[in-house]
Amino acid sequence: MELTGAEIAIRCLQEEGVEYVFGYPGGAVLFIYDALFNQDKIKHILVRHEQAAVHAADGYARSTDRVGVALVTSGPGVTNAVTGIATAYMDSIPLVIISGQVPTRAIGEDAFQEVDAVGITRPCVKHNFLVKDVKEIANTIKKAFYLARSGRPGPVLVDIPKDVSNQKTEFHYPATVSVRSYHPAQHGEVGLVKQAAQLLLGARRPMVYAGGGVVLSDASKQLTELVRLLGFPCTNTLMGLGGYPATDKQSLGMPGMHGTLEANMAMQHCDVLLAVGARFDDRVIGNVEHFNREKRNIIHIDIDPSSISKRVKVDVPIVGDVAHVLGDLLAVLHGSKQKPEPQALAAWWAQIEEWRGKRCLGYKNSDEIIKPQFVIEKLYEVTRGDAFITSDVGQHQMWTAQYYKFDQPRRWINSGGLGTMGFGMPAAMGVQMAHPDATVACVTGEGSIQMNIQELSTCKQFRLPLKIVLLNNRYLGMVRQWQEFFHGNRYSESYMEALPDFVKLAEAYGHVGMRIDKPSDVEPALKEAFARKHDLVFMDFRTDQTENVFPMVPGGKGLSEVILAEEL
Amino acid sequence: MRHIISLLMENEAGALSRVAGLFSARGYNIESLSVAPTEDATLSRMTIVTSGSDDVIEQIIKQLNKLIEVVTVMDLSEGEHIERELMLVKVRAVGEMREEMARIAGIFHGRIIDVSDKTYTIELTDTVSGLDSFLQAIDRSLILETVRTGASGIGRGDRVLKL
Ligand SMILES: Cc1cc2nc3c(=O)[nH]c(=O)nc-3n(C[C@H](O)[C@H](O)[C@H](O)COP(=O)(O)OP(=O)(O)OC[C@H]3O[C@@H](n4cnc5c(N)ncnc54)[C@H](O)[C@@H]3O)c2cc1C
Ligand SMILES: Cc1ncc(C[n+]2csc(CCOP(=O)(O)OP(=O)(O)O)c2C)c(N)n1
Ligand SMILES: [Mg+2]
Repeated sequence: MELTGAEIAIRCLQEEGVEYVFGYPGGAVLFIYDALFNQDKIKHILVRHEQAAVHAADGYARSTDRVGVALVTSGPGVTNAVTGIATAYMDSIPLVIISGQVPTRAIGEDAFQEVDAVGITRPCVKHNFLVKDVKEIANTIKKAFYLARSGRPGPVLVDIPKDVSNQKTEFHYPATVSVRSYHPAQHGEVGLVKQAAQLLLGARRPMVYAGGGVVLSDASKQLTELVRLLGFPCTNTLMGLGGYPATDKQSLGMPGMHGTLEANMAMQHCDVLLAVGARFDDRVIGNVEHFNREKRNIIHIDIDPSSISKRVKVDVPIVGDVAHVLGDLLAVLHGSKQKPEPQALAAWWAQIEEWRGKRCLGYKNSDEIIKPQFVIEKLYEVTRGDAFITSDVGQHQMWTAQYYKFDQPRRWINSGGLGTMGFGMPAAMGVQMAHPDATVACVTGEGSIQMNIQELSTCKQFRLPLKIVLLNNRYLGMVRQWQEFFHGNRYSESYMEALPDFVKLAEAYGHVGMRIDKPSDVEPALKEAFARKHDLVFMDFRTDQTENVFPMVPGGKGLSEVILAEEL
Repeated sequence: MRHIISLLMENEAGALSRVAGLFSARGYNIESLSVAPTEDATLSRMTIVTSGSDDVIEQIIKQLNKLIEVVTVMDLSEGEHIERELMLVKVRAVGEMREEMARIAGIFHGRIIDVSDKTYTIELTDTVSGLDSFLQAIDRSLILETVRTGASGIGRGDRVLKL
């Protein structure tokens, strides 16, 4: 039987096992929406802004190991989606975005709601397609899913002109697909894996630096086994939190700009660094010259050759999938009689404990004014560390990363690479769709939440019982902090005036709102909110306006040139 | 250092803009770029002349390989290779300059492929620097127009870039 292009597109999604499509309709996708209407396998989640559709699909993908799917119309639908796509691209998140396009004959004529979707998204997708022939839809969508999830994952856009979605052809979904120019590596080179094992066993001051690649590869089991087998310290980047259990004593917390003193000092002073699915980001390494001053051997496991030796030269480059490579590495280590030298390791740990003893995350609590760190500590206790936590971007994001101890991967959902304010709540919607019975909280700031506040309406429609934890400091806090430190306290445009009454706002959308002003009310409020299993509860915590995130390695400085709270 | 990179990519609309976009987005130098389909109509071959430190060139090659439509990449400058570029030059040629121009073109193995009362159009194929020398050898004020294709490159001997 012949199907229309639109019906084929939907059938393809069904074949891929897609449960949810996050989207927003418009002229160019009307046939596709018609095809959605006529089926009941896939549920469509109507967001209130296309950016949120992509973030929701993204949250869905990050909290599972599945591909997230978004559907948007041509022109403004696509341009609204771009921030979402770029966010996913920077953090290597597998998404398929289907966009409508003006009819083929109108392309290039500045037609109504025409935008060059393939051109505009080119720098922020793993790949994209314009489908000009209905016979190509099935194959293209198959390829899109394959590209999105394999190798280094990423968003793939499929642009379908309106006429193509209404033309008919036989539907046949290919069982497999191959792309002759694309062969992501899985296993690393055996010789290099052996070399890595030798270096690790001979290390006197070893350090494991694990990133988002561990989470993306679902390799926390292998990582944990390796770190424990060797007895090495381990740090997890902002994207890698949960890849190794944060409550374990071998965990040094996060490295980088707002990382712990112990993680940064160990990164700087180790003699063998094992980097696993991490990309030596500038927020992690700080000043490269300063980092390179210390001589160390670096082993780098990454599936993307272009991540290796991009910013920091490495000695043992292993191109492959983390889970596979760590599996092979473990096999070599298990087969070897050699063990890391116990005395050297003990001395190294003694040094690390000295750094850890500085308790760089200590803060002065108050009876009068709510400290943001305190809210996160209580959030951790009340949810017993077992929630999915999304965040927006700013100080609240850093405090959450520092004070919520993630013991499992895919529990911490945030925008690291692009740092997109407005990500948190829509992402939480996707997480909640994927895990309907789980506790999902979004930690946010009064600046960030207003960037996609309209999604409270989507949450109402789909009964998503999110818990919004707003750390309301009445400032674009992260900006204010930089202005305080580096711009002579000139708080240029970082004060948030004319804030809405968030309690009333939540209520206006049909949710529960709470305002918390006193430290003694923090825990009871959280308990009450999280007990309301079926309600979205919006908690407006009035926090200390002047609090800063510590430790801090200022931009351009080296990892050991850190500012600690006590020094100010 | 100057590098000449050859690659095969899918002969599809948009593939070229991905390569061009990569160079501009990442701030890589591009001295010239030439592209045309190969004997296999599904493939195009591109020659890119660029320059950069070893680290930059390594990244360029990795980033090119990462583009889905790029099938294979080779840094020709890593081995023995041949480079040629085609140039068309239209020069003013009047009076005694008509003789002189034809003579210099001959020295550079150029061919005069179009003639008018006042002009010659000369075709030259040479290395990039060979073409530069020709332009230096003639009086600059006589040059009316030049068109260059950018370098094309191929490995010497058994060095072959194929699927
Ligand atoms: C306000 C703000 C402050 C920040 N401060 C910090 C900070 O203090 N510390 C910090 O760590 N970050 C911080 N970040 C985040 C930072 O910008 C980067 O996003 C982050 O450090 C990158 O993490 P990553 O190196 O783990 O790489 P990711 O971006 O997670 O990249 C993953 C890497 O793994 C590879 N990979 C993917 N899949 C696989 C696989 N299957 N097998 C092998 N390899 C794979 C990829 O090729 C890539 O190289 C901050 C962000 C913001 C917005
Ligand atoms: C879309 C977007 N615009 C601007 C920025 C720059 N920026 C980073 S943090 C920040 C302040 C965020 O304020 P808020 O959400 O209140 O969080 P806080 O830092 O106060 O916790 C800004 C403006 C950004 N990351 N994203
Ligand atoms: Mg704020």
